[in-house]
Amino acid sequence: MSVNYGSKRIVVGAHYGLRDWLSQRITAILMVLFTFVVLAQVLFTRGPIGYEAWAGIFAAQWMKVLTFAVIIALAWHVWVGMRDIWMDYIKPVWLRLSLQVFTIVWLVGCAGWAIQVLWRL
Amino acid sequence: MTELATPSRPQRPEFRNINAFKDLPTYRLPLAGWVSILHRVSGALMFLLLPFIIWLFDTSVTSEYSFARFSALFSAGAGFVPGWFFKLVALALIWAYLHHIIAGIRHLWMDVAHAVSKEFGRSSAIVTLTLSMALTAVLGAKLFGLY
Repeated sequence: MSVNYGSKRIVVGAHYGLRDWLSQRITAILMVLFTFVVLAQVLFTRGPIGYEAWAGIFAAQWMKVLTFAVIIALAWHVWVGMRDIWMDYIKPVWLRLSLQVFTIVWLVGCAGWAIQVLWRL
Repeated sequence: MTELATPSRPQRPEFRNINAFKDLPTYRLPLAGWVSILHRVSGALMFLLLPFIIWLFDTSVTSEYSFARFSALFSAGAGFVPGWFFKLVALALIWAYLHHIIAGIRHLWMDVAHAVSKEFGRSSAIVTLTLSMALTAVLGAKLFGLY
């Protein structure tokens, strides 16, 4: 294979990873903010955290909207990360493609389940 | 690749196509490298356990009844699997989340501050590993009822 990294890298063409790089960081920031929002609500709850207090955090409409966005962001973030792992370690094309398809099905299924739980509250 | 003109340099082992069994046991990974590979491992772990995480979310918020099932998993267990095993799984997830978020914030900081020196790589790796393991220990002690 010809050398295509370092100073020999071909820098023309599409899909050089900037979009994936950027979307992974933006979704990460959203999830960090979500973590702090949930954490703050848990910490500022008076008394022990039982079912009422815990479910109450996710019952507010703004929290549902935020959580919904975070579920989508999470699936997108994990897709970029798992695709990187498959691309780095799995060389046979048939296996890599199969694992990528499995990842998409897994993530879409999990996102659907999480969204169902969220919006029936 | 830069050719170094100093002939007195000692021969260092060169690793290409690292063999997991031959090279990895003797490969001295720098701390930043440990943060990096553990970032991957923690991410993959959370990916694989995603259904379990959503199950925890589902049972903990859906109803009083399901909340009781959620709590019972960690005290009474499920089937032949004892509760402490699920606590261990939860602890692994706690570590994975903490490591991933701290290593991720380290990445974001390097992106915005252009902090890409060797020294910062090492010192921030120490902070990441220490903080994630210390917080895991604190939360793990709580999880297993030590305080």
